[in-house]
Order: sequence, then structure tokens, then C-alpha cells
Amino acid sequence: MISQLSWKIGGQQGEGVESTDRIFSTALNRLGYYLYGYRHFSSRIKGGHTNNKIRISTHPIRAISDDLDILVAFDQESIDLNAHELRAGGVIVADAKFNPVLPEGNNARLFPVPITTIAEELGTSLMKNMVASGASWALLGLPLDVFNKAVEEEFGRKGAAIVEKNVEAVKRGADFVLELAGGPIEELQLDAADGKQKLFMIGNEGIGLGAVAGGCRLMSAYPITPASEIMEYLIKKLPPLGGTVVQTEDEIAAVTMAIGANYAGVRTMTASAGPGLALMMEAIGLAGMTETPLVIVNTQRGGPSTGLPTKQEQSDLNAMVYGTHGEIPKIVIAPASIEDCFYDTIEAFNLAEQYQVPVIIMTDLQLSLGKQSCEALELDKIAINRGKLVRELPELETHQLFKRYELTEDGVSPRVIPGDKGGLHHVTGVEHDETGRPSENSLNRLKMMDKRLTKLNGMLIRDAVRADAPHAAADILIIGMGSTGGTIDEARTRLEKDGLKTNHITIRQIHPFPTDLVKSYMDSAKKVVVLENNATAQLASQVKLYVGQAEKISSVLKYDGNPFLPSEVYKACKELS
Amino acid sequence: MATFKEFRNNVKPNWCPGCGDFSVQAAIQRAAANVGLEPENLAVISGIGCSGRISGYINAYGLHGIHGRALPIAQGVKLANRELTVIASGGDGDGFAIGMGHTVHAIRRNLDVTYIVMDNQIYGLTKGQTSPRSAEGFKTKSTPEGSIETTLSPLEIAMSAGATFVAQSFSTDLKQLTLLIEEGLKHKGFSLINVFSPCVTFNKVNTYDWFKENIVNLEQFPDYDPTNRIAAMNKIMETNGMLTGLIYQNKERKSYEDLVVGFQETGLANQDLSLSPDHFNKLVAEFK
Ligand SMILES: Cc1ncc(C[n+]2csc(CCOP(=O)(O)OP(=O)(O)O)c2C)c(N)n1
Ligand code: SF4
Ligand SMILES: [Mg+2]
Repeated sequence: MISQLSWKIGGQQGEGVESTDRIFSTALNRLGYYLYGYRHFSSRIKGGHTNNKIRISTHPIRAISDDLDILVAFDQESIDLNAHELRAGGVIVADAKFNPVLPEGNNARLFPVPITTIAEELGTSLMKNMVASGASWALLGLPLDVFNKAVEEEFGRKGAAIVEKNVEAVKRGADFVLELAGGPIEELQLDAADGKQKLFMIGNEGIGLGAVAGGCRLMSAYPITPASEIMEYLIKKLPPLGGTVVQTEDEIAAVTMAIGANYAGVRTMTASAGPGLALMMEAIGLAGMTETPLVIVNTQRGGPSTGLPTKQEQSDLNAMVYGTHGEIPKIVIAPASIEDCFYDTIEAFNLAEQYQVPVIIMTDLQLSLGKQSCEALELDKIAINRGKLVRELPELETHQLFKRYELTEDGVSPRVIPGDKGGLHHVTGVEHDETGRPSENSLNRLKMMDKRLTKLNGMLIRDAVRADAPHAAADILIIGMGSTGGTIDEARTRLEKDGLKTNHITIRQIHPFPTDLVKSYMDSAKKVVVLENNATAQLASQVKLYVGQAEKISSVLKYDGNPFLPSEVYKACKELS
Repeated sequence: MATFKEFRNNVKPNWCPGCGDFSVQAAIQRAAANVGLEPENLAVISGIGCSGRISGYINAYGLHGIHGRALPIAQGVKLANRELTVIASGGDGDGFAIGMGHTVHAIRRNLDVTYIVMDNQIYGLTKGQTSPRSAEGFKTKSTPEGSIETTLSPLEIAMSAGATFVAQSFSTDLKQLTLLIEEGLKHKGFSLINVFSPCVTFNKVNTYDWFKENIVNLEQFPDYDPTNRIAAMNKIMETNGMLTGLIYQNKERKSYEDLVVGFQETGLANQDLSLSPDHFNKLVAEFK
């Protein structure tokens, strides 16, 4: 019995790869397995090789694996491109229709199953996904009735006849492959899972859910990979709460509409990826200058320009930290798990209002789109905090204005919203005085700049630096961010076996940089490895800038569009040690 | 009820003496009082340009944003609180050059925002460059040999983008302008009011006198029917866009706010943000 395995399905985009993955993983989730998914896709809708990989495990897991146990192939290309990942003795279930052959030298066990033929016999080739997942399920020796329940749930709405057909497709796929293989594959028998269904979602859904829980009622956005799921989720969930999502004409409109709505008192977000973030830059400065709360999600993908729009990268860090002209306070936070996506989004809305600044939630493609098991989410863990928003105000004298930019000890001024009597004031991106009126007075300028720029002094989010640091003095401290944490931990297990003492920190508050916290872990480490999916070591540069200790820092970089594999991290650290 | 004086503040505009924008400011103040607004119920969102300063010269809530983006900001304000009256305003460069994309889509979207453009056929704030509204051959600092691009017709564009309220006025005609702004404020949907507002400093061609000579007031056509879209389009073309008055209004089409299924009928900004555990649990259950 094994505790984890990896399964992959490959085919042409649009021929059922996604749905096979969905049904197969939904059924696994019912058994209580922990799942971690990775989608390899291109920006074409139809055609082009695509594959989905799922790690299946009896314990929590947050990384893709180096190798593969089962490959389901809808075409020869899927075999040619992915068979090398199969570990010795791995299995390929391939559609017999294309007369599959093993690449030279590959010794995987190939089971040609008439996937298309069975589906067509049952009425439609669309049922390929059922035949394929049924065959996979059978090889793992998992109980068919659980799978059938999942099918029932998926198709119940369409009527009993459809359910029956799909159940039949599953059964025929299963029967056929069992006949070929002579029963379930012994080495692929998973230990039983705990039977508790986990939450199972992508990071973007975690963000969407967090937004709803965090009081977000409006979103303005322009579609882009890998951010669109957030707007697609919220357009379903906001109207029942009185709100909505506006698909704007571009990201400049998206961000400025969000600024207008936040100014007028509604928690509003926008979400995009690098190209859209670039368009938002001027407006981010407006939010900073006018001290208007704003939440932006930037789901990073491969840049520059259109770059690798459907691939993993973490190369917008500099743009997020430094972007916009002039100098403003800004918060950049980086969730590192689905749970973080949820809680950090609630917190982002709080931070935006408490500090009256733009907050950027940065994810990366793997975190945004990788479907993963997730712990139970609690609604009350983070209470909504609207900072210094005041609604009950004394009346103003004639020509008196509310001091919206009052100089206060902590730099944060009371905030009012349009519609409320007693709150009249002006707002402008021009330098202004305490009532918001334009002012070029030098003394006022200094006071206002200092007010804005010191607001975030000492600010730390929950878990600003998440540490797994068992060693008082580590040989290697590995620093990462975003989706790379699980991979780092798997590599560490191997490094520790080799006798290396490794600590691991995930920097979750990218800006303002949590210097003291990071330093405390670096001080006691012999070497520091900063791991990131970009070519110019952007996170490492921040570490060097704020903490120093450049002589002991090395970078491990990957920017070919794919997430790190545990073996790569292991090898890189090993070489450095 | 507030009088127009209550929409005045004590800030002295930094416009040049004689600038057309003064009258636009006065007309907005009068119209706001005439339709029964209180200062706190009005939000004036403006762009960047000489004209963009207007939000600072009206005693109401006001936001002076970034160049070309008054409209999306104003739409955000309206979405957040539909109980507010929202005016967006700015220059011809702001709305028809850098912000043209937003103008067309704000028209299509038809949120209840009144958009007042101070059209002086030039860039005032940056000291006299060509604008999309400049006439062909118009010499400016950036077109020393005369503009060689076609003059943009915002009225035709508005009509073809499906506008539900299109009007044009001349800043010296305070009476007409005030009335049109009132109509715009009352209109349930997006209203575009383009105002010829001469720049006395940088535009020596499109002067007050020039406008007086070249514009026709729709009052001259007693049979004109502003609900007839084809007639409106024809009139705009016949007069080469040099007409004033209410050009087109469609009272049938619902505003965006009214079309969004489920959209809250009162100001969203006043909503309690807490989510019931029941509601939350239902959302979470979808991920099992
Ligand atoms: C992004 C950006 N580009 C350029 C400018 C410089 N700028 C300020 S106002 C303006 C044009 C003003 O013309 P218009 O909108 O017609 O307003 P007017 O001054 O004529 O009222 C320009 C180009 C700016 N503020 N922001
Ligand atoms: S430069 Fe022209 S538009 Fe600007 S204030 Fe002076 S007259 Fe008015
Ligand atoms: Mg102008």
C-alpha cells in the first residue's frame, strides 16, 4: 500500500481533459483523499496539448510530484510528451483508437482501452471522460459505488437516463481495463483515506469566497488569465447580496471604478494579471495619494508583455512593490495556500480600510488555478474592521470642510463617505491640505508626504513570515513565497535525510518588507537560499536590500513557465551545501 | 431646501478671467439647487485639465481624479451609492482623447451619471495643444502647420453608442445650460452634455463671437422631436454638430442599476457587511 500517487490526463484542449479531471478528483475527494492539482494548458480554446495532473494523498500535500504513476492519454502526443515522467512500472491508459505506442526505451505498462469507441457506443464521444476516469478508478482498486455517487451528483439534474448512461460508461471503462490488467494494479493501491470530504478549490475561488466573507460587494474587472475565475465566481455570488460585478472596458476603468466605489463606501475589488496591473499603475497612485482603500488581486503569470500567459511565474514583484510614479504607501501580501487566499482576502479589505491604502494580493498561476484540498474555513476568524470610517458627524459651519486628511498621530485620518451630512470635503490627486484642498505650500507638502508614508510603519499582517524552523542553527534557510512552499518542504524532507538542517520561511508580507522577522531567521542560518519563479531574483533583491547578509544568499530561479519540482529544489540546495 | 448659494464654496477658481468654465460652474450650482439636491447628496467627479478643477469649486462631495478617468470613477461612486446624484465632468481632451474609451462605454452602460464636458477645442491646462475637437487646419503648439486629423464628433459617437440623453450648450447661455443640466440630472440613465466653453487664453479661433455666429439653437425648430433618434442624428449632421439644446432623449431604456438582476435598491454603501453563518456555510458547501 502507498500513501500517495500521481495521476495525469492529457489530450487536445477541449476534448474532455478538464471534465475527466473534475469527475475523477470529485470522487477521490468523497473518499477523503488530499488532492493537489496542476493544469498545463495553452491559451487556445480548442486544440493544443493540455494536461492536468493530480497528486492524491492520505495526508495534506501542497506540491506536484517529480514523477507520475498513471497517465491517461487521449492521443499519442500526450504519451510522447509525458511518458518520461512515469516512474519505473508506471501505467498508461490510452485510447485504443489511435493505436498508442510507447516511446522508445520506455517500459511503462500500456493499456489500450477503446475509450472513444465505448463512449460512442453509449451515445456520444463526450462520455470519454467517464470511460477514462472509470478505468483509472478501477486500476486503483477503489470502490465503484463511491464513484457512481459522484456521477449521480454531477448529472442528477439532467435526469436518471443520463446518470445511468454515465454510470455505464464508467463501468465499461473499469471492466475493460481490469480485464487487460488482470485486476487492480498492486503497486497502486492507496491506503484508505480518512473518509472526510475536504474542501476542494482553486486559489481564485478561495479569493472570491474570502471577498464575499470580507464584505466585498462590488467588483470591476477585465477578463485575463489567470484571474478571470474571481470575477466569474463573484458575478454569481454578489447579486444575492445586493452587489454586482462590472466587466469594464479595460483595467484602467476597472481600477478607477473600484476607487470610485471604495471612495463612496463599498468594499470593492479588481483582479488582473501583469498586463492589467501595468495599466493600473497611475490609478494606484491616485488611491495612495487620496488615501482611498483599494484591493487589487494580481495573479501572476509568465511575463514580460504577453509572455507565457498560461504558465507559472512570479515576476511581477517589482512592479507591485515599486509600481506607480511618485511615492505612496502600499501593501503587497502573498497568500501561500488556498486557506491564505481566503483569509488574506478578508484581511486585505480590512488593511485597505484601516490604513486607507491600496492593497495588492499577489498570487501566482499555480496558486490561482491549481485545485487543492483545503482545511475547513471559518467565517469569524477575521472580523471585519473598517478602520476610522465615521458615519455620525456633527454639522459643519458654512464653508467649513471636514478634515478628511487631518494630521494624526498614526497618520491615518478619519474617513467619511459621500451622502453623509457633516462630511463635506474635497478629494484630489493634487497635493492637498487637511480638508483635501489643493496646496503647494512646502510645509504642508512635507507634512502630508510624511503622514502618508509613515502610516504603515510597523505594520504586520497575520503570519507575515510563516516559518517552519525546527533548527536553532540551520545549514540552509530556504525562503520562498506564493505557491512554492509545498515543493520546498518536500525537498527539505530529502535534504534532512541527507543530514542537512533546513529551515523554511514563506514571506507573506512582501511590502512593507518584514525586515526584523526575516532577519531573525537569517541570522542563525549558515546559508540562505531564496527560491522564486523569475529570472532576476526579485525577492532575493528585497531580502538583500532590507536585511543585507548578501554574502550568504544564493538564488534558485526557474522561469521556463513550470512550477518547481521537489527534485529540482533538492538538487539546487544540495549543490549549494 | 438648499439654494444655489449653498453649492458655492469660498475657493476662488484659478481659471483665467473670461474662461467659459465659470458659467458651467454656476450652471451646475443652480441646476443642483433647482432639482432639490442638498450638497451632501451630490458627488462631482472630475478629470484633469483646467475644467477638471471644477469639483473643487462646488460645495458638494467632490473628487478630482486622474486624466481621462472621471467617468469610471463616477460610475464606481454611483454603483456604490445609487442614492447619490453623480456628476462627472472634465475637458474635451479628458473625455474625447485619453478618456474616449470610457466615454463610449459609459454611454453603453447607461448608469445614471450626468457627464458635463467643457469643450474648448484645445488643451488648456497644458497650454495650448490640439484636441480631438480641434478643427482641421487649427494651428496649435503641437500642430504648427495646422491639425491634419478629422475633428471628432462626440454627439454622433454618443448617438451611435446608444446614448439615452444627448445635449449640447454654450456656456454663455446660462439659462439653457442650467435647464439642460437639470434635465440631465433628472434623466434616469447616462446623460452627455457637451458644453462649448471657450478658452480665452489659448484658443483664438473658437471664441465667444465665433460660437455665437456658428451655433444654431434647436428652439429654432419648433417641430424638432428629441425622442426621434434618426431625426437627432440627421440634425447633428446637418448642423455639423454646431447645435444647442436637448438633442436626444430615450426615456424608455432602463438604467444599468435598474437592469442588474438583484442589485440593491438602496445605497449599497449603507449595507451591513456581515454575512450570516448560514449563507457562508452554503457557499462553502459548494466546494465539497
Ligand atoms: C496621463 C496624463 N497625461 C497627460 C497629462 C497632462 N495633461 C493634463 S490636462 C491635459 C489636457 C487638458 O485638456 P482638456 O482635457 O481639454 O482640458 P482643459 O484644460 O482644456 O479644460 C493633459 C494633456 C496628465 N495629467 N496625465
Ligand atoms: S487656459 Fe483656457 S481653459 Fe484654462 S482657465 Fe484659461 S481660459 Fe480657461
Ligand atoms: Mg479642452
